[in-house]
Amino acid sequence: MTDVSLPAAARGRSLWADAWNRLKANKAAMAGIWYLAFMAVLCIVGPWFTPHDFTTIYQDYTRVPPSLEAYPRPDAIGPAVKDAVKRSRLDLAGWEEKDGKIFITVTSVRPIDERVTRYIDRSDVFRNAQVADKSADGLRMTMSADIRHEYFFFGTDNIGRDLLTRTLTAGRVSLAIGLLAGIVAVAIGVLYGAIAGFAGGRTDEIMMRIVDILYSLPFIFFVIMLVVFFGRNFVFMFLAVGAVLWLDMARIVRGQALSLKRQEYVQAAEALGVSPGGVLLRHVVPNLLGPVVIYMTLLVPQVIILESFLSFLGLGVQEPMSSWGVLISQGAKNIPGATWLLVFPSFFLTTTLFALNFIGDGLRDALDPKDR
Amino acid sequence: MLRYVLRRLLTAIPTLFVIVTISFFLMRAAPGGPFNQEKGLNPVIKANLERVFHLDQPLWKQYLLYLNNLIHGDFGPSYNLPDFTVAELFADSLPISIQLGGSALVLALLLGGILGIIAALHQNKPADYAVIATATAGSTVPTFVIAPLFQLFFALTLKWFPVGGWGDGALVNKVGPVLTLMLPQLAIVARLMRGSMIESLRSHHIRTARALGLSDYSVVIRHALRGALLPIISYAGPAAAALLTGSIIVETIFSIPGVGRYFVEGALNRDYTLVMGTVVVIAVFTIVFNLIVDILYAVVDPRVRYD
Repeated sequence: MTDVSLPAAARGRSLWADAWNRLKANKAAMAGIWYLAFMAVLCIVGPWFTPHDFTTIYQDYTRVPPSLEAYPRPDAIGPAVKDAVKRSRLDLAGWEEKDGKIFITVTSVRPIDERVTRYIDRSDVFRNAQVADKSADGLRMTMSADIRHEYFFFGTDNIGRDLLTRTLTAGRVSLAIGLLAGIVAVAIGVLYGAIAGFAGGRTDEIMMRIVDILYSLPFIFFVIMLVVFFGRNFVFMFLAVGAVLWLDMARIVRGQALSLKRQEYVQAAEALGVSPGGVLLRHVVPNLLGPVVIYMTLLVPQVIILESFLSFLGLGVQEPMSSWGVLISQGAKNIPGATWLLVFPSFFLTTTLFALNFIGDGLRDALDPKDR
Repeated sequence: MLRYVLRRLLTAIPTLFVIVTISFFLMRAAPGGPFNQEKGLNPVIKANLERVFHLDQPLWKQYLLYLNNLIHGDFGPSYNLPDFTVAELFADSLPISIQLGGSALVLALLLGGILGIIAALHQNKPADYAVIATATAGSTVPTFVIAPLFQLFFALTLKWFPVGGWGDGALVNKVGPVLTLMLPQLAIVARLMRGSMIESLRSHHIRTARALGLSDYSVVIRHALRGALLPIISYAGPAAAALLTGSIIVETIFSIPGVGRYFVEGALNRDYTLVMGTVVVIAVFTIVFNLIVDILYAVVDPRVRYD
């Protein structure tokens, strides 16, 4: 027996490998995937690296415009000193700034308590206030304090919270809601549609009539009623949103299931005695996966919009938590004076929606080439 | 045809009945009531109010009462705006919403249609890409982003239009709401038109028309457009129903006294009659426009027959 060297068998390409190759060739979709990944990492990790917490209120910095330079501005130090001293009920004799430190001299008719440094510390502009020098009679004192440099790259909101941190934490909420509600909607829709499609007959008839009726109810009525039922609870919110959006998925899956049932290979498998579970795993699930994945990616932006819409109406995520919809609605109320409150969250939301839509379109082209 | 229309209108009645029934009991199942909000409302007064509005009776009786009134065209009084009946509220606000939504719809169909045809005739050329980009942007950016941005640029910075308000229907007051209502619709219409036009231009009768030497204009407008209209029509039906019954977002942002806001206000205040009225109005609009769509089908496509 001689060794016959066979040429290596050409490896077959699976449907998924094929789809992946087509997706990789789609520049918009790939850009969308990278952007979405970047946005997800930014929103999840970002808030730990920003210098502020999303609930911290800086009373001295309400509605400051976005800037790459540190606050306080040089001309803002004087008023801050005056404010702090006024609160301590002492008289300001003078102040000077030296090497990032500030020296404040105060006088009083009564001996000065050294604890007044706290009034200086309480300002968002200074910290580490100490007594530097005190006259013998205690009527005149010089305090030194460090100037606190704060960066507000996106500016601050009406009550002085850092918009950058808030936008990023809002992104966490919006993306999480999009994903979770999307999964809820897809799970309900797939189950419902698959049962209706495979049961067929009367069951199918009744189940689909129910879907039709739910369809004809005004959508917003439905959502608002769910919100009214569940209260303004964060977790129930996206369960409710997901529970409303499953109708389309149910119809798509039912249609697929109906046509799959009549495919020859499915009937052949059944005739060969493959168990229903086997048919389900081998033939039905892989065939349903394509439309489900496509619908899911197109659903996530819908959910994010819906959540933002509800938050915009004040029915969604509640303070101090925020979502992009909450921030945009606050921004919309403040446009005359503080445009950045509208512009930054809008930019984050819109670009994310673009990315998601590009991914969805790309997946549809990749998984369903005949639909192009 | 007439028989078909009559039959459709008759089948609309059970649909409407189901919608009314579900909404009624869904609304009532929600905790709270219309007179629970006012703090410190004297219990005697509250009981009196509830008796006047029959809210003290068993639910099924209230339901039958409501149905009976509805059949006689009575939407009932609003609970939270006590001086008005629901019908009066609609008489004031529905024309406003219809005006805005109607203008937005007509503009979206016209402009979107034209853009879609241009894109289809210049497939895979710069004009096509420009239309696709506009359509993608229009259908991706949500209304509640477009509307405040419009206010920011055109009202506050350029001062071309007022920021909001109805202004007794002055034209400048309508520009913002109409534009923001129109943009998403325009995007979808343009996309639909592009797709169906490309398909229509590939069909045999168009090739024949070209072979006969008809002008481009005649081929596109008289022959191809007709075949391409069907998807637009089936989209326009539900879109019209949704647009004409008011948009919560646009009416809130531009402070327009339309129907849209009643839904949210009513549901939050448990203003049962107001919410039910809105549901009925929207359902009627949806049913009517779906019927119009089906009739238009037969007009545009002679192969469609209803007998």
